[in-house]
Order: sequence, then C-alpha cells, then structure tokens
Amino acid sequence: MTEKELRVSKISSGTVIDHVRAGQALNVLAILGIDGSGGEEISIGMNVPSDALARKDVVKVEGRELSQDELDVLSIIAPDATVNIVRDYDVAEKHRVERPGRVTGVLECPNRNCITTADEPVETAFEVLSDGVRCEYCDTIVREDLADLIAD
Amino acid sequence: MRHDHLLTARQLSREDVEEVLDRAAELDADPSAARERNAGTLLGLCFFEPSTRTKMSFEAAIKRLGGDVVDMGSVDSSSVKKGESLADTVRVVEGYADALVLRHPLEGSAKMASEYVDVPLVNAGDGAGHHPTQTLLDLYTIRETAGLDDLTIGIMGDLKYGRTVHSLATALTNFDAHQHFVSPESLKLPRSVRYDLHEAGASVREHTELEEVLPSLDVLYVTRIQRERFPDENEYQKVAGQYRIDEATLEAASDDLTVMHPLPRVDEIAPEVDESYAAQYFEQAHNGVPVRMALLDLLMEGER
Repeated sequence: MTEKELRVSKISSGTVIDHVRAGQALNVLAILGIDGSGGEEISIGMNVPSDALARKDVVKVEGRELSQDELDVLSIIAPDATVNIVRDYDVAEKHRVERPGRVTGVLECPNRNCITTADEPVETAFEVLSDGVRCEYCDTIVREDLADLIAD
Repeated sequence: MRHDHLLTARQLSREDVEEVLDRAAELDADPSAARERNAGTLLGLCFFEPSTRTKMSFEAAIKRLGGDVVDMGSVDSSSVKKGESLADTVRVVEGYADALVLRHPLEGSAKMASEYVDVPLVNAGDGAGHHPTQTLLDLYTIRETAGLDDLTIGIMGDLKYGRTVHSLATALTNFDAHQHFVSPESLKLPRSVRYDLHEAGASVREHTELEEVLPSLDVLYVTRIQRERFPDENEYQKVAGQYRIDEATLEAASDDLTVMHPLPRVDEIAPEVDESYAAQYFEQAHNGVPVRMALLDLLMEGER
C-alpha cells in the first residue's frame, strides 16, 4: 500500500474497495447494507488523491469479505471500483466489479405510482442497463443520481 | 399462446399477435365456435379503477364463450376498503375463478399480482403503464382497415400518461410500421417507451403539430388528455383542448385515413367526424369482444 492509502488504516482481514468515485463512499456502504451494526470496523477515505480518478474514495471493511452478489450491486454506483480481499494483512484476491443483469431489494423506485412503493409484499427489482437501471415493475428508467435510489 | 399471463405488449411477438387476431376473426364470424371448450368457465374481475368498455367487453367475451364472471365489485364495497392488500385480493379471487382480469391505478400492479396466482392473469390497465388487450383490439382494427405492414400511423394526444399508447407503440415494433407521435412537449413519450422503440429499431418521428404529418397517415390514433393523471391541474389546463379533429382537419388527410380512439373521448374528436368513412372508433370498441374472447380462449387453453 502507498503512503497516500495509509491515510486510512490498514486492515488485517476483510475487504478494501478502492477507486470509488469521490463522494460515493457512503453510498457504497449504503448499497451494501453495511452500517456497522454487524460489528464490522469500517474505515473510509474520501477525496483521496488518485492517479486514475484525480480524487477517489476508499472504503475498508474489517472482518468481512464481500460476496460476488455484493460486488455486482456495487458496480451500479461504483463501476470503476477495484476490490481487494485481505487476509493476514496480505491481498489474497483482487476483483474488478462487473455489472449484473439485475438487482433486487436494493434500490427504491422513484415513481410514486409504482406498485413497489405501495404497502404490498413485493421486493424491488431493477434491470441494469448500460447507462442506468429500469424498474421491472413500472418500467421507469433512471440514469442519473442512482445512489439516491438506495433504499433506507 | 405460450404465455401464462398477459401483462405488457412487450411479451407479444408477431406470432402471438397474429394468433390472437386470427382466432378473434374466427370468433367474430362465429361467436359460438369456442363455446364447447369454455362452457362453465369463470372469469374473476378485479377492477380497482373505474372502467366501462374494458370491463363490459371482458364480461361479454366470457359470456359469449359460455362462461360467466365473478366480480369483486367496486373498491368501496370490497375488502380493499378494509385494508386488504392487492396480493391477498388476487389470491382469494383466484380460488373462485379460472382466470383473472385486473385493472389497478398503480404501474406494475399486474406484474406483481401475477406473481401470486397460478391461473392466467390479464392486465386490463395498470395506471399509466400498459393496456395490452386494448392494443390487441387496436391491432385487429388496424389489420381490418389499413393492414399491419407498410403502415404509417400517427399517435396523438397524451403520450406520457396514455397506457394504450405505450402498449400500441411497443406492439407495432413487430410490424413494418412508421410511427409518428404528435403531442405537446410536456406529454411526450416516457423514457421507457422510447427505450423500447429504440432497442427494437423502430421507425419513429416526433411532432408537436399534426399538420406536419397528417397527409401521409394511413391511421390516426387519437387519445384523450387524461385530466385525472395530471399531478397538477395547471399543467392540464396548459394542454387541454390543444388537439381536436373535425371535418376541416380531415380535409388535409388521405381519403383512406382511418381515425381511431380507445374511448372515452371528451372533445378531441368532433361528433361530426362520426359520420365520416374514416371514423372507426366505435367499430374498434366493438372489436374488444371477439379479441378478448380469443385471448381468454387461448390463455385458458393451458388450463383445460
């Protein structure tokens, strides 16, 4: 790790999500449903200098290895992210995120007339397009501010 | 028909459409042709929004097929008033009927409901979303009057909230149709329909003035500006009455023009047009019965 990345403390075992677009770190945690309530130690670096992105965010989650499903979801708001799985202070695996075909239960539909916003037993489902997402229930397409759709 | 349910026009291939329309033509000629196989079937009607034509034509269709309806009745007199979910309602009605017809004010309601039932479910309109059975009867009417290939069609009015428009535009991508959309800027097609048309490689042009395209049209499909779908009354007032077809308008049209409308109309087509050769909207409404007979006959085929 470089000196710049050490602004955020090293982790012994867990996941480092690097090359997140500046300002998106909190949304990355939100989309992954990580809020510390599971006991994980979380470190965040925001607006860190980056050769590739000029400024980037870095998220480190101690004691938690992200699954492939979680990486797929992550790709929607952090398409350039790289993910390192760390074990005993060494990088054991490196991944690039890949866009999934669909995401379920993560995003809320912004259409107030969509059945998924009503009090019904239905989980949200979005088809992932090349430049956005599309609600599988009401067809609404969202291309901008996707992080705003992350369910509370 | 290889579908369990009919939820959107996107499901319909050209073969699906032709199968329904061919069966409808058979039943139009001989309404008793499918009576034996459908006798005694029950159709569950779940209408959470007011409807006259769609509801009555489904009722007529199943009765002409030798079946009958079980009707949830108005929302005010149903368990919905007590707070029952849509998912529960359709599961209950499923126990009474061989197929369900659902109209609901929320987009995506038919898709969700279909996930809770095993009998065929037909979307009879979900908010501003889709209305695929209207599209089938529209296509039946177009095939009878103008033909479905090498077709130049103008679709005018409320393209944003008009579910009949969304379904028709999507279904027409199966055919060699040139689609011209005429609307105020504020009522243009929603992003999702544009996406589907683009993905399908459809021939599409958009206009704000009918005069730009009227002379080239084989079919002019007029829709009502739906006051009830506007979140803001001021926005409605800005566009109300902007498009109106009367005898003078039709002077610029081809002699073979077919004028259609899913009805009800308010003031977008003058009554004087009703007497013209072009007016096909009442015939279009009539076609709802054989087309819905055909659809129910095909969907319930798998249940028999």
